[in-house]
Amino acid sequence: MADSGLLESVLRLVEKVDGGVDSQDVAGGLSVDHQVVVGAVKSLQALGEVIEATQRSSKHWEVTGEGNEILEQGSHEARVFKAIPEEGLPQSELMKLPSGKVGFSKAMSNKWIRLDKGHEGGPRVFRTVDSIEDAVREKLQQVKKGQSSQLEEKEKNELKKRKLLTEVTVKSYWITKGSNFSTTITKQETELTPEMIASGSWREKKFKPYNFEAMGVAPDSGHLHPLMKVRTQFRQIFLEMGFTEMPTNNFIESSFWNFDSLFQPQQHPARDQHDTFFLSDPALAHEFPPDYLERVKKVHSEGGFGSQGYKYDWKIEEAQKNILRTHTTAVSARMLYKLAQQEKFTPVKYFSIDRVFRNETLDATHLAEFHQIEGVVADYGLTLGDLMGVLHQFFTKLGLKKWVEVGNSGVFRPEMLLPMGLPEEVSVIAWGLSLERPTMIKYGINNIRELVGHKVNLQMVYDSPVCRLDS
Amino acid sequence: MPTVGVKRDLLFQALGRTYTDEEFDELCFEFGLELDEITSEKDIISREQGDQKAEGASDVILYKIDVPANRYDLLCLEGLVRGLQVFKEKMEAPRYRRVSPVNGDPQRLIITEDTAGVRPHAVAAVLRNITFTPERYESFIELQEKLHQNVCRKRTLVAIGTHDLDTVSGPFTYTAKAPNDIRFRPLNQSQEYTATQLMSLYKTDSHLRHYLHIIEDEPLYPVIYDSNGIVLSMPPIINGDHSKISVNTKNVFIECTATDLTKAKIVLDMVVTMFSEYCAEPFTVEEAEVVYPDGRMFSYPELAYRTETISADFINRRVGVKESAESIAQLLTRMCLRSEVAGDDGQIQVEIPPTRSDVIHACDIMEDAAMAYGFNNITRTTPRTYTVANQLPLNKLTELLRMDLAAAGFTEALTFALCSQEDIADKLGKNISETRAVHISNPKTAEFQVARTTLLSGLLKTVAANRKMPLPLKLFEISDVVLKDETTGQYVGARNNRRLCAVYYNKTPGFEVIHGLLDRVMQLLEVRPGRKHGYYIQAAEDSTFFPGRCAEIFSHGESVGRLGVLHPDVISGFELTMPCSALEINIEHFL
Repeated sequence: MADSGLLESVLRLVEKVDGGVDSQDVAGGLSVDHQVVVGAVKSLQALGEVIEATQRSSKHWEVTGEGNEILEQGSHEARVFKAIPEEGLPQSELMKLPSGKVGFSKAMSNKWIRLDKGHEGGPRVFRTVDSIEDAVREKLQQVKKGQSSQLEEKEKNELKKRKLLTEVTVKSYWITKGSNFSTTITKQETELTPEMIASGSWREKKFKPYNFEAMGVAPDSGHLHPLMKVRTQFRQIFLEMGFTEMPTNNFIESSFWNFDSLFQPQQHPARDQHDTFFLSDPALAHEFPPDYLERVKKVHSEGGFGSQGYKYDWKIEEAQKNILRTHTTAVSARMLYKLAQQEKFTPVKYFSIDRVFRNETLDATHLAEFHQIEGVVADYGLTLGDLMGVLHQFFTKLGLKKWVEVGNSGVFRPEMLLPMGLPEEVSVIAWGLSLERPTMIKYGINNIRELVGHKVNLQMVYDSPVCRLDS
Repeated sequence: MPTVGVKRDLLFQALGRTYTDEEFDELCFEFGLELDEITSEKDIISREQGDQKAEGASDVILYKIDVPANRYDLLCLEGLVRGLQVFKEKMEAPRYRRVSPVNGDPQRLIITEDTAGVRPHAVAAVLRNITFTPERYESFIELQEKLHQNVCRKRTLVAIGTHDLDTVSGPFTYTAKAPNDIRFRPLNQSQEYTATQLMSLYKTDSHLRHYLHIIEDEPLYPVIYDSNGIVLSMPPIINGDHSKISVNTKNVFIECTATDLTKAKIVLDMVVTMFSEYCAEPFTVEEAEVVYPDGRMFSYPELAYRTETISADFINRRVGVKESAESIAQLLTRMCLRSEVAGDDGQIQVEIPPTRSDVIHACDIMEDAAMAYGFNNITRTTPRTYTVANQLPLNKLTELLRMDLAAAGFTEALTFALCSQEDIADKLGKNISETRAVHISNPKTAEFQVARTTLLSGLLKTVAANRKMPLPLKLFEISDVVLKDETTGQYVGARNNRRLCAVYYNKTPGFEVIHGLLDRVMQLLEVRPGRKHGYYIQAAEDSTFFPGRCAEIFSHGESVGRLGVLHPDVISGFELTMPCSALEINIEHFL
């Protein structure tokens, strides 16, 4: 902060004028550098409404270092003129002078001097006039006196070209009295201290106003990942709707549970090497429930349970192949099979949100692994109307209007359910969607790699807001 | 979902009226299709290869229509039009009939034993007195391609060959021969090649090279000859040039060879039902006989109609509507499933035509009824299923710990479950054989060689990708790793294990920070410090960590994880430059 003596001097100057004063004039009046006055203005501004200051800028001409040298010693051409005695001077000598080169050509063009090239002993320079007027120096003097406006633009630009003048932009302040104007300065406290509270001295003190425009200091905190925040919200939605969480902590699954049990034929393209990750170690699964396995084999290869079947040669070897599960529906199948083994069927509502894997071509919206959200309801007599009703409730909670585009839904086929042993009148409705897709829509992220995986930008994680799906 | 491209004006002409794009989109939706794109050949070429190449290409408007994967009867203009006209009740679904030839015996295709090892099945039929136009011909070729890509599973299950019957003479022989013993002039080539030569010729063919693998390593290749030894085709690769069809062909001999007979019958039925429309006697197909090596003889195409009896009550209960049997029968008839009410107890007889191979269960009939009724016309209801929700205890614990780890100043990372062997072994100073990792047999890149056995490498890669962020970096993740385990109840030889991992990356190793985090985690899990019934740490040797700076964590006497300062080679291995300490524990122990 500028010292209070200076501040008060500035205030007294401001008091004297009615309409206000320019900080440059203040600097002139107080004979201090303008920057010092600018500092004082800022200090006064910080005191509250003592003064008002608006920034403005003006252009003016200033004499350069070389220009100042000319003010003292005369222009180069004048110096050259002075250096030449009556009897002249060899050109070579003249050129050795500090002003020699520039001065010679300018003095020549001013016709102050002449060059005798054929002179005995080498070219020699002579005066052509007795006295000269150093116009350059005079013009610089005018500028120095603050009378640059009296020079013509052409003249000023000529001097600028010779690097004797520069045009500078000066930022200054127009200072007027503020609503709390006073010529005395009270020292302001920055912060309330325990001592002030104890002594009560805070009552007499003035406090420096806070700058509410500035940002606060960021708290030293940890952060949750945005995709996981969205996962938490989806769990919450399912729990609110009475759905029980399925154990999906088994990334490795047999083709049997992932495909065959879902009545997915063994030649289905999803079972291709190009779509599914197969395992070389451990390559095969074993011990499927034997009766159930037979029924699955039969419904694929011969039909039954009211179905024509696919009528192909179903192979256990294909079903045994271990894979990275391609959907969490593999877990739903295990859960429904388990449910069918109960003594008496009880209705269930299941959900899961977990990773699934696809050996697909990767692009901006597809990774080899993503999170699948799945909901399943099994009960007697569920209808397509029920499926649509449940979906409507679910997606209303999500706040997503165009939900058809982000998910799949349907009724599980009897060829899947009846071999498990579920009662014929039981329907199972299910739907699924990816966790990443709605998250990208929600947060406006176009490239999935900015959201998932090690290449994520931690700043994005630090900055991500809380997740409220329905708002 | 296959996409079928049809010329808009041809489509409208066949439908007998025009539609606005919106009207047609709406019609597609009602019929279970999706108008995916409105484009032109010019647009497509310009998008894929640039404007220059597109110059001069046709700008006739094309509708690209998404068709459900198993609706093979909608894969061409003829089928789409027929389906839509029946749906709009502008026509009745045609009846497809197999007929005997007017003169002489049926064409015969004799299968020899040699095909057994490579492609044992074949079916055949004749389209007699057909009239092609350039558009019909193009559609005929296009349908075969669509069938090849879909139901034929890229020709592995079924391959279709179509021939100008007037250029060849039966009976035909379907056999298999050594590649060097097969020699013919293939389609659109000017000279003869042996099968061996053909396989190398087509290695660079952008279309055919995708099918070579199907027979490439077989000792015998499938081949079909006519009675004069002319090669009709070498399935599933290429037809002979001799019998190729053209827009002027009048009589078409169709053969389908297959590894899956059911699919071959479906494919043959599709080709003939779609194009018999253009025969002199529409919707009739001339039969052909196929003789197996054991003497069994079959007549094709099957063109089988099947009748299912369902009750109106079943449809109403499954869809959630209250329609009369008559109304349901009408809805189904509009879906090409000709239906009649039988008797007065609400039973409906539904006839499934050969074009609807996708209808294999009453639930498919129910779905068609729902579609014809209009999904959007079904009242949305709430199931009365009463259930109490339960969280999976492991996930519940994970959720609670995540919140408190963030509250402890650590930021959550989300890393991939798949990675390279190097990530979990070499880079961590371990040998892959000691990791218990499961290995992927068909990774497209090294990033997907194994499932991770530790969360540490993912966190270190996250740090590496964020080296520009202000220090310290404090990261954690709670997620699953996968370990080989023969004792698991799921019988796949592997199981997941839920881990908590955290790293501290700064100018100083910060062991005390990571150690403090362990203490906090144990406090959260209500485990007190102590030898017997609590937790303690004990110096351990581990090649991932700096010697003397690693400890094993024990809880209730069981090892649950490790913490320590990472080995400088590990730090450099992940392209990091600062010291780093880390913690990884198995949280399933605390359930």
